Amino acid sequence: MKYLCLIYSDEQLLHTSPDSPKDPECFAYAEAIQASGRMLAAEPLQPVNTATTVRMRNGKVSITDGPFAETKEQLAGFYLIEASDLNEALQVAGGIPAARVGSVEVRPVRELNLA
Amino acid sequence: MTLNGQVEAVYRNESRRVLATLIRVLGDFDLAEEALHEAFFVAVQRWPEDGVPDNPRAWLVSTGRFKAIDRLRRQARFTPFLQEQADTLEAAQWSDEDVEDDRLRLIFTCCHPALAPDAQAALTLREICDLSTEAIAHAFLVTPTTIAQRIVRAKGKIREAKIPYQVPSRAELPERLDSVLRVIYLVFNEGYSASTGTDLTREDLTAEAIRLGRLLVELLPEPEVMGLLALMLLHESRRSARTSASGELVLLDAQDRGLWDTSLMAEGCAWVEQVLTTRRFGPYCLQAAIAAVHAEAPSAEQTDWRQIVGLYDVLLRAMPSPVVELNRAVAVAMEQGPTAGLTLVDSILLRGELQDYHLAHSARGEFCRQLGRIEEARAAYEKALSLTQQTPEKRFLERRLTELPPRQ
Repeated sequence: MKYLCLIYSDEQLLHTSPDSPKDPECFAYAEAIQASGRMLAAEPLQPVNTATTVRMRNGKVSITDGPFAETKEQLAGFYLIEASDLNEALQVAGGIPAARVGSVEVRPVRELNLA
Repeated sequence: MTLNGQVEAVYRNESRRVLATLIRVLGDFDLAEEALHEAFFVAVQRWPEDGVPDNPRAWLVSTGRFKAIDRLRRQARFTPFLQEQADTLEAAQWSDEDVEDDRLRLIFTCCHPALAPDAQAALTLREICDLSTEAIAHAFLVTPTTIAQRIVRAKGKIREAKIPYQVPSRAELPERLDSVLRVIYLVFNEGYSASTGTDLTREDLTAEAIRLGRLLVELLPEPEVMGLLALMLLHESRRSARTSASGELVLLDAQDRGLWDTSLMAEGCAWVEQVLTTRRFGPYCLQAAIAAVHAEAPSAEQTDWRQIVGLYDVLLRAMPSPVVELNRAVAVAMEQGPTAGLTLVDSILLRGELQDYHLAHSARGEFCRQLGRIEEARAAYEKALSLTQQTPEKRFLERRLTELPPRQ
């Protein structure tokens, strides 16, 4: 089963807290998950001040600066993994170094019903 | 015994084990529940002629499994993917020897920390204790619809997020067991001291929690499991002494110890002794040990308060919490006098903790009253009164207030 692990963190704290992970640690963890065969994709994101939101309404595109919603914690990156069940997914999510300063939301991926 | 009586007895003794196994075999809570009912329906029809099978549990699981496959096939005419599910189930090897005790898996799944805490309790009471949604709703003072929604949502999450139906591994066990013990203790406390309402105890819930505790000790005899069972038994042993005939709250030091249930107490104390020998005790066991010291004392004055303070010191290291600190302060006051107790309670309140906790203010009121600081006692009791919703607690505080000498 596929799970998306969404990493949220206060951007001000993500790289400045004493617990903040450095890039090599994040890279090493991603490598380890890759080696275990559970990795489908994982990427860190640029800060939300680079975000742009697009909406299509009545055939018209509207483009606005910033994320969809202003929140205390911002989306900082993600892991898309393959896991046998939620427990295994939670184990992977708990090991993501950024979980020490932020939080990781684990969501099962819905299979599209094409029948 | 009449045959109906026999079927009823089998239902009482076996239905939860049969359900737990059907959930494992069928991989779905709702399908398993329907299968369970169909299996018993067949039993009521067949057993009068065929007699009760040698192994009713295996018979029921096997019958339930066939009924579930049948049901999926019938529904498959409208929903094709169910056909695949039915085929997979039918192809899976099955023999009566596969009937193991799956109740532990059921408990760990119902108490999975990925489920909302109130849903964990509702699901546990529904699936493991077989309480109706109406009974659970009554116990938690919410509507049956609310309970039904919590259960449906929890089952949906188990299915969609794929919460596994398994006993956690050794590495995960301590944390996951905490979650199970918390649910059982929550059920117990909900019954023991209703958070609102007029009844101070709701016996059904305490009885269910103790039943769960006994079951868990049988399935997983870990020290903290025994500790929790001991703690519940020792609290329960004092239940009838805790309220007077008119429904007033009676504190430990004023309780008629002749009303304490000695057999529950002896059982609780025996569990405490057994856990203490393992040397792997945690917060539940330490709280039970404290309750056991009280149980063994002939009166409040003759209680070994020094030992109780010592146990609180250990508990505070194992589980730092201002509530434990408050309880320790009360024990210190019993050992060394109200001045010592008041100093400790004031230091907690000064740190800004427990300011909205009625028992902190009511303890402060007690110490001030004993020290003759009447106006301070009055203010503390009034503060406590404004913070509690429990009718017996309110009446207790009101009584304390009227007993104080009138304002000068």
